[in-house]
Amino acid sequence: MKELKIFGIVAIFTLVLYWGVEPFAHSQMHKHVEGHGLVYDGKADIEETVKDKKAMKTAFWADVKKIAALKGDPVAGEATYAMCAGCHMEGAANMGGVTPPSLEHAGAIYDKNFLIALIKDPAIATNVDHKYPNGTIAHPMGSVTTMVTTPQDIANVVAYLKAKKAGEVTPKEAYTEACGRCHANRYGHLTQLGEIPKTKSNIKTGQDIDALKYKEKVATEQAALADYLGTLPPDLSIMIRARSEHFLHTFIENPQSTLPGTAMPRTGLNKEGMEKVFAYLEKTGDPSKPLREETGPKVLIFFLIFAFLAFLWKKSMWKGHH
Amino acid sequence: MAHFDENAKPFSHKWMNERLAVDTLKRVLSTEYWIPKNINFLWAMGMVLAATFGVLLVSGIFLLMYYQPNTQLAFDSVNYTIMSEVGYGWLWRHVHGVGASVVFLIIYIHMFTGIYYGSYKKGRELIWLSGMLLFVLFSAEAFSGYMLPWGQMSYWAGMVITNLFSGGSLHADGLVEWIRGDYVPGQAFLNRFFMLHVLLVPLAIIGVIVLHFGTLRIPHVNNQDGEEFDFEEAAELYKAGKVKESKVIPFSPVFLSKDVFVMGIYFIFFFYLVFYHFEFAMDPVNFDPANGLKTPTHIYPEWYFLWSYEILRPFSTNVGLIAFAIAQVIFFTLPFMDRSPNVAPASRRGAFKYWFWALLIDMIVLTFMGKLPPQGIWSTVGLIAALTFMGLWILLPIITSKEKKL
Repeated sequence: MKELKIFGIVAIFTLVLYWGVEPFAHSQMHKHVEGHGLVYDGKADIEETVKDKKAMKTAFWADVKKIAALKGDPVAGEATYAMCAGCHMEGAANMGGVTPPSLEHAGAIYDKNFLIALIKDPAIATNVDHKYPNGTIAHPMGSVTTMVTTPQDIANVVAYLKAKKAGEVTPKEAYTEACGRCHANRYGHLTQLGEIPKTKSNIKTGQDIDALKYKEKVATEQAALADYLGTLPPDLSIMIRARSEHFLHTFIENPQSTLPGTAMPRTGLNKEGMEKVFAYLEKTGDPSKPLREETGPKVLIFFLIFAFLAFLWKKSMWKGHH
Repeated sequence: MAHFDENAKPFSHKWMNERLAVDTLKRVLSTEYWIPKNINFLWAMGMVLAATFGVLLVSGIFLLMYYQPNTQLAFDSVNYTIMSEVGYGWLWRHVHGVGASVVFLIIYIHMFTGIYYGSYKKGRELIWLSGMLLFVLFSAEAFSGYMLPWGQMSYWAGMVITNLFSGGSLHADGLVEWIRGDYVPGQAFLNRFFMLHVLLVPLAIIGVIVLHFGTLRIPHVNNQDGEEFDFEEAAELYKAGKVKESKVIPFSPVFLSKDVFVMGIYFIFFFYLVFYHFEFAMDPVNFDPANGLKTPTHIYPEWYFLWSYEILRPFSTNVGLIAFAIAQVIFFTLPFMDRSPNVAPASRRGAFKYWFWALLIDMIVLTFMGKLPPQGIWSTVGLIAALTFMGLWILLPIITSKEKKL
């Protein structure tokens, strides 16, 4: 039928147009970065790093592999962990630009090999060693290299984290622990200092002194972060819509491979941690998704019926016209 | 004074007729507004456009109730208030965003249908010109609307496009500042584009839509074969009950029934996009808040402006601006550049047939290149496509004046 042929031509041109301006253009505009399946073995780090660091990094990640093979003792680990808890505690203060994160769910959301590497050398593990030309000791967590030193100690602490700090974790907790100290999320009512407290304004003056004090604290924290990292890390409220899922995934896995030279450290999230963080980003950045998925089919069914009835109407109206 | 029946009940048929001539209006505007019978679904695009404009208007009114035209608040009023606090705000926003993109797809289909069937010739020039005016107004509406979420692409597109008015070597920087109301896009800029988007441009669009409908009335709608016939005679035949023999159909209900069916199919497509594929119409870059200190890696307009953007880009500044200015208005000249006396589908018009497909393909190539970074092979392809575009318009009067009369 002629009309269907015309429709086919229109449809083909429309699809070609779409292909050119969307999938094709985006494939040409952005460098494609392969993910590495949340396996933290330093492969990408060794490939990307400058020539004279290759041998050092190869040896480092080989050591990590050896430590991972050791059997850790969680009880001994708990005793060693007391040193960690001196900084990684509730209400911790900013140290050298960043506030130490809570480790309440570290065993659940971070990869085992990554944790081993992190305790061994935080700068190399997070792949930001190029930021510390004077050595890892300048890293805010650099002192760990003098505290937990033997392979067995490292294995013990990680065994402790995996055994005792691995309870059920909510998306919000995973996000707060892994991302929340550097990135605010204003749609989730989170600043770098955590949940924005509820405050009351003075009814006579209309001013909310507690809120102003809190704002000052946040501004101070942000200034320290910006000084340390070179820029204030972006708010992540709707990052899920500003970047593709693939970009976010590979970027979180290894920020350097997507944005060479970035101050963002690798966070070492495992599968569960990554899923939880994405769930939270989706909750603040695309909160309409559940309702959208529920409403979509209803609207489409309405228009299917509409089109069918319109077809019957058209048929009856055009009866005898040809 | 006209005669008014004192016994007629208020708002009864007779009462209304005496005051508003409702019967005559209905006859003139619908039941005896004659449309050729020899048409296909592309003839429904006008009503599809009217419906889409309606959808944009209604969704826009809902968004307007919560949008804040303030550089500090705009971004969050769209992305937070409307998207998560207002009941079904996300739906109105996605309908509005997808509608703004899809309306241009239909406009282009509508335009190329007109070009293919020669519906801009012999008494139909004003239909074409008023339609082109609508195209320009819709472009202004789309651009001004794109500023409103105040994201990175809003800001930088606003910067780039207003910069065009400096006229290259003319350095009319004063004009650019006057348009922006500031040295860079800021509060004054956002406020005036807000005004343009929600008042002045829509008002003009509604006016020109009425004019566009008006221009159709006397020359009548074209048909699939470009056939000229006596509409009065055909109408008499139809009214006499010989609907099969008559070459016309009334706008309502016969033509309308087909329009509504096409609209039904269209809205399935439209809402499929709204619910399952809205990303194409909402650029990710615009979900980063505007930041005058951080230029995005790639700045590109929405897909419907890409072809003319690519005519600007491959040349040096001054030549590019002139080429761009020509591309913006060249379609207005179509009825006068086409010298052929034939009103017929392009397939029967010899060289024009190749001209039509060459233009369409060239504009698609320009569209592709307009989005790609201007590097290496893409720049060369873009330059060739831009030159081809210019060449095609130079060729048009030549090939059409040589066309044989059918």
